[in-house]
Amino acid sequence: MKEFKGRVLAGGNWKGEAVVSRQGVNTLATFQKSALKNAKQVIVSDQNNSDIYDKNITRKALCLPITIGSTTGGLVIQTVCAMGINPSAFLFSEHIDSLAASGIVLARVWENSSVIAIDMLGEDFLKTVKTGDTIEIKEDGTVIVCD
Amino acid sequence: MEYKMKLTDEQKAILDGRDGEVMAKVMQTVVMFGDIFGAEKLVPVTHKDGHLVTSFGIALMKPLFSTMDKLINAGIKTEGKFTVDPRPLDYSNVKCNLLEKLVFHIMYKRQSEYEEQLLKVGLRDKDAFTCTCYLDEVGNIPKKGDVLSWAESSAVVYANSVLGARCNRNSGMLDLFGSIVGYVPYFGLVTDEGRKAKWKVIIKTTKKPEAQVLGSAIGMKVMEDVPYVVGLDKYIGNELNDEAKAYLKDFGAATASNGAVGLYHIDGLTPEAVEYGEKLVLPDAKEYVIDDAELERVYNGYPVMWKKKDAKPALCFIGCPHLTFAQLCKWTEDIERTLAETGRRKVTVRTVMTASPQVKAKFMQTEYYARLIATGVKLSSICPLMYTNNPLTKGKAIITNSNKLRTYSVARYYMDEKILAVLCGKESE
Repeated sequence: MKEFKGRVLAGGNWKGEAVVSRQGVNTLATFQKSALKNAKQVIVSDQNNSDIYDKNITRKALCLPITIGSTTGGLVIQTVCAMGINPSAFLFSEHIDSLAASGIVLARVWENSSVIAIDMLGEDFLKTVKTGDTIEIKEDGTVIVCD
Repeated sequence: MEYKMKLTDEQKAILDGRDGEVMAKVMQTVVMFGDIFGAEKLVPVTHKDGHLVTSFGIALMKPLFSTMDKLINAGIKTEGKFTVDPRPLDYSNVKCNLLEKLVFHIMYKRQSEYEEQLLKVGLRDKDAFTCTCYLDEVGNIPKKGDVLSWAESSAVVYANSVLGARCNRNSGMLDLFGSIVGYVPYFGLVTDEGRKAKWKVIIKTTKKPEAQVLGSAIGMKVMEDVPYVVGLDKYIGNELNDEAKAYLKDFGAATASNGAVGLYHIDGLTPEAVEYGEKLVLPDAKEYVIDDAELERVYNGYPVMWKKKDAKPALCFIGCPHLTFAQLCKWTEDIERTLAETGRRKVTVRTVMTASPQVKAKFMQTEYYARLIATGVKLSSICPLMYTNNPLTKGKAIITNSNKLRTYSVARYYMDEKILAVLCGKESE
C-alpha cells in the first residue's frame, strides 16, 4: 500500500479500479467512438495510446499525467459526464492542463456531475500505480494505491 | 460558492445572481477555472470579438446544445460578435458517396440547429466560419496587448505570437463564457511573466525550414512552454509581411497541435521579440538546436497510419489552417508549372484546398480561380479535420501538408514539394 497526496480540484470519496496511461491522454480520441455510439461504457478508442487502448474506463480511476489534443477536450469531458459514462476519477500526476480543467469545471457546474479530479500527485504516483490496482480516494486529496 | 481570487463588486454581483441564474453559472465556471490556475483576479477582455472552436453540430455533444439553449432562453449574448472554426461539411466541393452522406448526416444532424444557436448568442454572420479569423479579409484582428477570450489552438498561438495579443489556450465553451462575461482569469499567457521563454531554440539549418516540420519539432520538444527562436529571421526576414505571416501561421499551428504551444517569439520578427529581444528568455531556459538532421529525424518519425501503408493516395487536403490569398495564388502557379513539366492537365489525386469564405470570395474574383479549378483542384471553406473525423474517411489514404491534420487524423504528412510532385504525377507514391 502506498499513499499519495494531491490537490483537490473536485473532491469525493471513492474506491475502485485504476486504469493507467503513462502518456498524455488525447481526450477526443479516447472518448469519441463510445460517445458517438451512445455506448453504456467508454472503451478507449485512441490507437496512439497503447497504455489504455481498448480498455474500459467507465467508473474507473483514470491515472494520467495530463490530457492533450483538441481544444474540444473540455466539452468532451463534459459530454461523457453528462452521459454518465465518465471515469469516476481523473488522477493527474502533473498540474492539470487547461482543457481537462475546463471539462471538470463544466461537468461540475453544468451537469451536477460528481466526477472527482485530483492533480499534482507527483511522478512517483504514475510510476507506482498499475492498471488493475485498487485505488482509494479520500475527500482531502489522499490517494491510496492498495496492494 | 467558495473562491480564492479577488473579485470586483461588479463581478461578485454577477456571481451572486444579480443578472440571473444562468449568468451566475457562466461567471462561476470562469472563476472556478481561474482558481485552478491560481489566477489572482479576472481582467477585462479588451478585444470584444471572440473566436470559438466549436463549429460543428456533432450529435454527441448534447451538453453543448443544452447549454446554448439555456443561454438563449436567458437572453444572454456575447459583448462583441464572434467568429468560429470552419464548418465540417461542404457537399458541393467535397463530394461524398451515399454511405458517407448517411454517416455525416447522423454525425452532424444538429448542424443547422447549432448554427442558429450560434447566431442567437453572437455569431458575426453566416460566413464567419474559419480558423484564420485574424486574416485581413476576415477582419477579427486584435491589437498588440489586447486580452482575448478565444479558443482554436492555431488562432490563439497566432494572436499571441504574431499580433502580440494575450490569450490562454482555452477549451471550447470557456472561450464563449469569457466573451459573455467580458472577463478572463489573469494567469499564464495573459501575464508578463507567463510570456517569458523557457526554451531558446537555435536554428542551424542550411536552408529555410519547412514551417510545418519546424513547428512540429519545436512543439514536440517544448510541449506547453514558450520558445524563443533565434536564427529563423535570416530565412523569413525581419518584416511581418504576408509571406512571413503565412509561414508563421503554419509554423504556429504545428507547434500548437504537435505540442501545446500557445506563444512563441521569433528573434527580430515577432512584436515582443523585436521590443524586448532576449530579455524574454528566462535565465534557466533550456536550449534546443535544430539542424537539417534534427528536422529529418522528426519528419521520418511520423507514423504512417494508413491501413494499407503503400496505398495510392485517394484524397489530398491543403489548407489546415485555412490558406491565405497569397498561398492560394502560389499553389495555383506551382501546380500549373509542375503539371506542365509532367505533360498533364489535371492533378492525379483528388485535391481540396481550403480557405476562409472571405479569402475564397476574393480569390474567386481573380483569374487565378479559373486556373486553379482547371487543374482539377476544388476550393472549399470546410474544416479538413472535422471532415476526416469519422469512421469512413479513416479508411482512406489521405495526404496533406498539414501537421495538425496529420496529428488528429490518419492523414499522411508530406512536405509541400513532395505533395506537389505526387499531385502532378512526378512521383507515383
